[in-house]
Amino acid sequence: MKSSVITFPGSNCDRDMDVALKKFGFKNKMVWHDDVELPKSDLVVLPGGFSYGDYLRCGSMASKSKIMKSVINFANSGGMVMGICNGFQILVETGLVPGVLLRNKYLEFICKNIFVKINDKKNTYFKNIDSEILEFHIAHNEGNYFCTNDQLKEIEDNEQVAINYCDKEGKTEEKFNPNGSIKNIAGIFNKEKNVLGMMPHPERMIDPSLSGEDGSLFFNNLINNLK
Amino acid sequence: MIVNEQVAIDHGLKKDEYAKICELLKRTPNITELGIFSAMWNEHCSYKSSRLHLKKLPTKGKQVIQGPGENAGVVDIGDNDAIVFKIESHNHPSFIEPYQGAATGVGGIMRDVFTMGARPIANLNSIHFGSPQHKKTKNLLRGVVHGIGGYGNCMGVPTIAGQTSFDSSYNGNILVNAMTLGLVKKDKIFYSKAAGLGKPVIYVGSKTGRDGIHGASMASASFDEKIEEKKPTVQVGDPFTEKLLLEACLELMAGDSIIAIQDMGAAGLTSSSIEMASKGNLGIEINLNKVPCREAKMTPYEIMLSESQERMLIVLENGKEDQAKKIFDKWNLDFAVIGKTTKSKKIELFFDNEQVADIPVNTLVENSPMYDRKWKKAKLPKKNKIKKEDLKNLKIIDVLKKVLSNPNVCSKEWIWQQYDHTVMGDTIQKPGGDSGVVRVHGTDKAIAASVDSSAVYCWAHPLTGGKQVVCESFRNLISVGAKPIAITNCLNFGSPENEENMGEFVECVQGIGEAAEYLKFPVVSGNVSFYNQTKEEGIKPTPSIGGVGLIKDYNKMITMDFKEVDNIVLVIGKTEGHIDQSLFARNILDEKNGPPPEINLFNEKNNGETLLKLIDADHIKSAHDVSIGGIITAVAKMCIKGNKGINLKKPKYLINEIEYFFAEDQGRYVIEVNKDSLKKVTDILNKNAVHYDELGTINKNQMFINEKTKVTIDELRTSNTKWLTSYMSK
Repeated sequence: MKSSVITFPGSNCDRDMDVALKKFGFKNKMVWHDDVELPKSDLVVLPGGFSYGDYLRCGSMASKSKIMKSVINFANSGGMVMGICNGFQILVETGLVPGVLLRNKYLEFICKNIFVKINDKKNTYFKNIDSEILEFHIAHNEGNYFCTNDQLKEIEDNEQVAINYCDKEGKTEEKFNPNGSIKNIAGIFNKEKNVLGMMPHPERMIDPSLSGEDGSLFFNNLINNLK
Repeated sequence: MIVNEQVAIDHGLKKDEYAKICELLKRTPNITELGIFSAMWNEHCSYKSSRLHLKKLPTKGKQVIQGPGENAGVVDIGDNDAIVFKIESHNHPSFIEPYQGAATGVGGIMRDVFTMGARPIANLNSIHFGSPQHKKTKNLLRGVVHGIGGYGNCMGVPTIAGQTSFDSSYNGNILVNAMTLGLVKKDKIFYSKAAGLGKPVIYVGSKTGRDGIHGASMASASFDEKIEEKKPTVQVGDPFTEKLLLEACLELMAGDSIIAIQDMGAAGLTSSSIEMASKGNLGIEINLNKVPCREAKMTPYEIMLSESQERMLIVLENGKEDQAKKIFDKWNLDFAVIGKTTKSKKIELFFDNEQVADIPVNTLVENSPMYDRKWKKAKLPKKNKIKKEDLKNLKIIDVLKKVLSNPNVCSKEWIWQQYDHTVMGDTIQKPGGDSGVVRVHGTDKAIAASVDSSAVYCWAHPLTGGKQVVCESFRNLISVGAKPIAITNCLNFGSPENEENMGEFVECVQGIGEAAEYLKFPVVSGNVSFYNQTKEEGIKPTPSIGGVGLIKDYNKMITMDFKEVDNIVLVIGKTEGHIDQSLFARNILDEKNGPPPEINLFNEKNNGETLLKLIDADHIKSAHDVSIGGIITAVAKMCIKGNKGINLKKPKYLINEIEYFFAEDQGRYVIEVNKDSLKKVTDILNKNAVHYDELGTINKNQMFINEKTKVTIDELRTSNTKWLTSYMSK
């Protein structure tokens, strides 16, 4: 399986993603934002970080990068595109996934482990995954997902909500919502479910010595689904 | 502007210093030259009051590659890997403008580290605020934490450990000390020593603006009522540009075109160019019209003294300019050839085709003033006799809860959750433990780092306090299973012109030196911050020690959380019942006098090294050093972290339990061992003449002091975690 990780100026989880993808069997290439062509890929990842310093709006400038034209075309033709954290912010700025990401409710950066409930398994990302609840890790300042009521209805009707913040039993109550996201949304798909944007960082959970191992579960499952 | 003695005094120079400048130059300096002298000769850059004493610190060791004098210290960790690290203060700017002050402190120290070719792999910080009741404290804390996070998080460097304290002596002068560790290949370390004549001098990074002019001079003065007016001297940080600068520099460093590189920190272009010239024993000529400026009509004076952030000065090999420029273009950074190295041994500056400065380098560096300031030796205070009846009415659980919720003991999760501590995917011990630990990427090795200070002990007796901080750093590294390698120190003191403050400095440094020497824990980098005072009142002497240690196999790392029910808990090191200057004495008995606990360097070393042996032999399940709050506070924290309880035994000696549990004797660790290995552990401890007491046995979820006195771990956790969150949300 071939993957590509896009490096924007200010990306800082690009290496971590590269390490994770390779660990689970991807042949990964790093792609510079100023490139025009995307290498042949089974998966394209927009990594976390502070692309363009998050100036103007998080992800806004990166969404206009040269490479993004190819990424958008790739996504629109059914290619798998995953945006993590700042990558998710870039995805909403491109319009590939609906909604926006606001500043966290308590106006503070949050770095900690959280639980997410997998809302939908009829997609290549979570199909066959041997768990309903994953312990993931978040590290962001603008992860407060928001959309209009009409958008929310559409997202829910199309089963586009990928994961919700919850506790370890899977309860998706407001008190387990770290950042104020509407309906505890931690990640969403596009309509076709080939594009996934999520705030948690599975690449930080790939080793028992790190924050946990549910990222391993995620990547192992993902590569098997892609095969 | 005509330069005269008054202008020099307005620049923070003393009368005799100005006279010396005129004598060295054999003429009156012009305003640009005067600005350069004032920047180079202030306390912050010249170490004029501290140099004499810093010389006495042990700086060499088997693993030391580079000691003080470079951008940062470097130590060998084997396999051609080296760790570059340093701590630095950004106190004054952080008090004036907490967000930017703290942010640029973090930015500056990271630049010091990657200037040497190392990729930063961990940040730490030591921050000290006034009393929680003081009207400024909350906003300062919030601003500083946001600033540290804002910069470090954006850079993608994990903040893995730190220290936060509150004390009314910081009411008018907070401390913000930032530390960075970087990883470099031993054969790819870059230095700031220029070499070769006619080599191009390159400016890269951000453009130069009017921010931070005379920042270094501000850092060398006391505060008064007019501090608000100093806001414009605080630099403004741009972590995005620094991230680009980091990547561009490391890309350029992969080649062989750099002769020397120096970041523009305090005193900006002035100190960077002069340091490179001075170390290389040559001259540098700069055309100031070539310096990329952010604002129009900047004068030579402003360009030379600007402390705009995210800038570097590089001496390049001839003919490598285009290749280097391509890299900086790729990262959208300014790149300009602004001058060349010369044989003149002078700093020669040109602007609009006129020479605007012509100063021999040695006058700025070697001939800079050095003072043997008067200082007062501190007496060891007399021991207090604690009245037994004062202790009689105290309930141990109530006291414990008070101690756990004390601002200086309570959980600092509210702070470190705002720092990205997991980016780079190698953080294997998060903040909240004894040390932060990161793996050396792609290897089995890991680096532990901690930052410590004990202002109360240093204030009570500077010599003992100085030793104690080094020992505490040593213990914090050992508690996670790391072999201590070296330290960096950030020496925060009041005015060196005050004999008592100067005495505190001299004796703390002496204490640091003695402990560092004995423990073979050399000082490889650091910085001095004097004039931490408002009007006449100085802060408590606060040397911060950043310690670095190596874990050869990261699978052997130890954490402090209790692991398993029925395991046995021991305390290593003798408990004599030293209560003076303990948290217990100061906060529960309200007794602020008396000596700090004594330091016995032999025991310190022996206890620590023996524990490392036990860890290496896989006998230790968890460990935690005993520091403020004593044994029971250490044990409570281990319970809280591990979500386990403990049945404590009645102490065999020191009839009073309170003294036993809350005393702050030094050189102690609490350890958890499995019942099956208890005999082996005690044999090793006995063989090495290490004193130990058995404290008790781990249970599910309660702390039993005796059969009648007990408390749930959840209750203790609430005491420990609630204070800071509720303080900040009010």
